This record gives sequence, structure tokens and C-alpha cells, in this order.
Amino acid sequence: MPDLAWMAWTWQTALFFAGIASLLLLMTLLAIYRPETERVGVLRIPTTRGDRLFISLLGAAFIHLAWLGFVGTDLWWASGLSLVYAAAVFRYV
Amino acid sequence: MTKTLNNKAWLFVLPVFGIVAFSAILPLMTVVNYSVQDTFGNNQFFWNGVGWFQDLLDPSTQLGERFFDALWRTLLFSAIILMIEVPLGIAVALAMPREGWGVAFCLVLMALPLLIPWNVVGTIWQVFARSDIGLLGWAVNRLGIDYNYTGDPLDAWVTIIIMDVWHWTSLVALLCYAGLKSIPDAYFQAARIDGASRWAVFRTIQLPKMRRVLLIAVLLRFMDSFMIYTEPFVLTGGGPGNATTFLSIDLVKLALGQFDLGKAAAMSLVYNLIIIAICWVFYTIMTNADAQRGRVQE
Repeated sequence: MPDLAWMAWTWQTALFFAGIASLLLLMTLLAIYRPETERVGVLRIPTTRGDRLFISLLGAAFIHLAWLGFVGTDLWWASGLSLVYAAAVFRYV
Repeated sequence: MTKTLNNKAWLFVLPVFGIVAFSAILPLMTVVNYSVQDTFGNNQFFWNGVGWFQDLLDPSTQLGERFFDALWRTLLFSAIILMIEVPLGIAVALAMPREGWGVAFCLVLMALPLLIPWNVVGTIWQVFARSDIGLLGWAVNRLGIDYNYTGDPLDAWVTIIIMDVWHWTSLVALLCYAGLKSIPDAYFQAARIDGASRWAVFRTIQLPKMRRVLLIAVLLRFMDSFMIYTEPFVLTGGGPGNATTFLSIDLVKLALGQFDLGKAAAMSLVYNLIIIAICWVFYTIMTNADAQRGRVQE
């Protein structure tokens, strides 16, 4: 095993990327076992599950930044809000 | 003909995945990793949580002030560039000949600025615009206009904008020209029979037919101008003062000049997010407009 200490990885970053990777894996499995067709939601654009995940993740990033900029450092609220946002995106977009 | 699905094909894509992971995904992950840490050199890192992001988003801090100043500058630059290059590119494309020897001549002439490397463009304009030995700078000063791009922020901005217009308008023009060439003659014949004016032909035939290429042009020009680095770096170095320090220049100063990897990583992530969001909006509008038109035509 090569020594990767110089890359200064932290467990928090690892957890973050593990989360993203497992989401992508889940989407791949879903695409294989539960194929889907595009649908048109409130944005009036055809979206797939992958599109909705992308919109959710991008939105979540901005929600966290906005929370940090306007409210404070307690980001659990921002994460909660992001989950609500993601649920809304998957339901209505 | 039916296509056969063979999942073994994925194996052939694996090397590309490997290269992309090594050259793009891992470096991006490293940036995320640095953004939550601080370093004092010697490759020692300390956990800083969301501290850099907090500073970055607060204009009252030094980092935040610098970030927002550079961000507005970059957005203003992109807006000006698009407002000039898109109409000018369309006008040039409309004026280009449709057939004859002039076509090849114009295409080569248009392609020339695009072939010049960014740093060479910067150097050309740096010399060209100098008031002592540059033709442009000297001529403008002789006309009685006090012009000095190294000392006056407005002059520096004007020079960078003219340089970018010189460098990239032909890209918009070439894209529009390709769009115009693809319009069948029947449309123009029909317009002539109806007695349509030049403006009506442009508004109802040429512009709608150019829509797709125009959106590509806007997207390309926006991304390029929002990420512009080399030309202003060579021309003004971000000066005078910080007048032309765009986000990319500021980022390099922060990351490589000061070696503040944590701050620079946080800044580049926010920069990246803004670009992804804007590109997604552009792309969605572009593909959606096409799809809608397709539905209407069906």
C-alpha cells in the first residue's frame, strides 16, 4: 500500500465522496433494474432520475453556501433543507 | 436493423475512466479536501472545517471582499463581451459572401485570430497598445486622447475588451455563418415572393435558424470569458491595482502566489459551482428550446 499521507486526506472528505459515490452506484443499479422514461414536471423540461439527482446536488451545494453566507455555521439545518429540496425535486421536477 | 447490446463494450471504456479519474476526478477531490484545511507549508495540513467558505461568502472579510470584487469584475466582463461579440458576430456572418472566391478568403481571414495562442494574443496587444512603442497606443495618443492601459483602469478594461473582441468575434461569426449556410434557398425564395423586407427575412428566417448555433456561441463565449486568464494576465497582469484582476487571476495569485491552498480551494469550488449552474441553465434552455420546436413541428 503506497503512503498517501502527503495527500492529507481527511475522513470527512472521504465520507462526503463515499456518499456521492454510493448515490451514483444506487442510480446505476436503479437504471439497470428499474429503467425509467423521461417525464416533464414543474420546470416544463423532460428530466430523468439522473437529471433530478444533479439538480438536487447542485441545489444542495447552493443551499449550504447560502446558509453559510446569510445565516451561520450550523449547517445541519442547511442539510435538512437540502433533503426537503431534493425530495421536492424528485417529486415535482 | 436491430442493435445488439453487449455489456463487454464497457471494458473498452475502462481506460478512459482510469485516465479521467487520474487527471480530473482525483484532482477535484483534492481541491475539496484542501478547501476544509489550512496549511502553513511543509505539506502540513490542519482541519479548518467550513472556515474558508465562511470567510469567502462574507464581504466584510479580506478574502470575501477580494472574492466578490473579482466575481463582479468577471461577470461584468462576460456581460460586455457577450453584448458586443454576439451582435457583431451575427453582423459579420450576414455580411460574408455566400459563394465565389470570397468565401474561402473570408473563412481563412476569420479563422486567423482563432489560431493564435492566448499568450501570443496577450503579447501582441501588450506591445500594440503601448503608448511609446505600440502602433495603437501611439496613434490614439497622437489623436489627442490620453490613453495608457498600464496606468488607467478604464483604458485597461477597454484594451482587454477590444483584444477579446478581436480574438473571439470570428468564432461567433463562423458559427453563425454555418447556421446561415444551412438554410435552404426555398425559404428565401418564399420570402421574396411574399415581398418580405430584409429585416423580416432576418427576424423570421435567419435568426430562428441560427438559434442553435447562437446558443452554442453564447455558451462557449460565456464560459471562455468567465474563465479568461492568459490574455489579461499577459496584458495587464491584473492591474492597474486590481482593476482587471478577474476571478481566475485572483485564484492563481491566491493559490500559487501566496500558496494559500485552503482559501484558493474554497474559492475555486464556489467558482466551479457558479460555472456549472450557469452552464446547466444555458444547456437546458438550449436543448429544451429544440425539443419544444420539434414537438410543434410534429
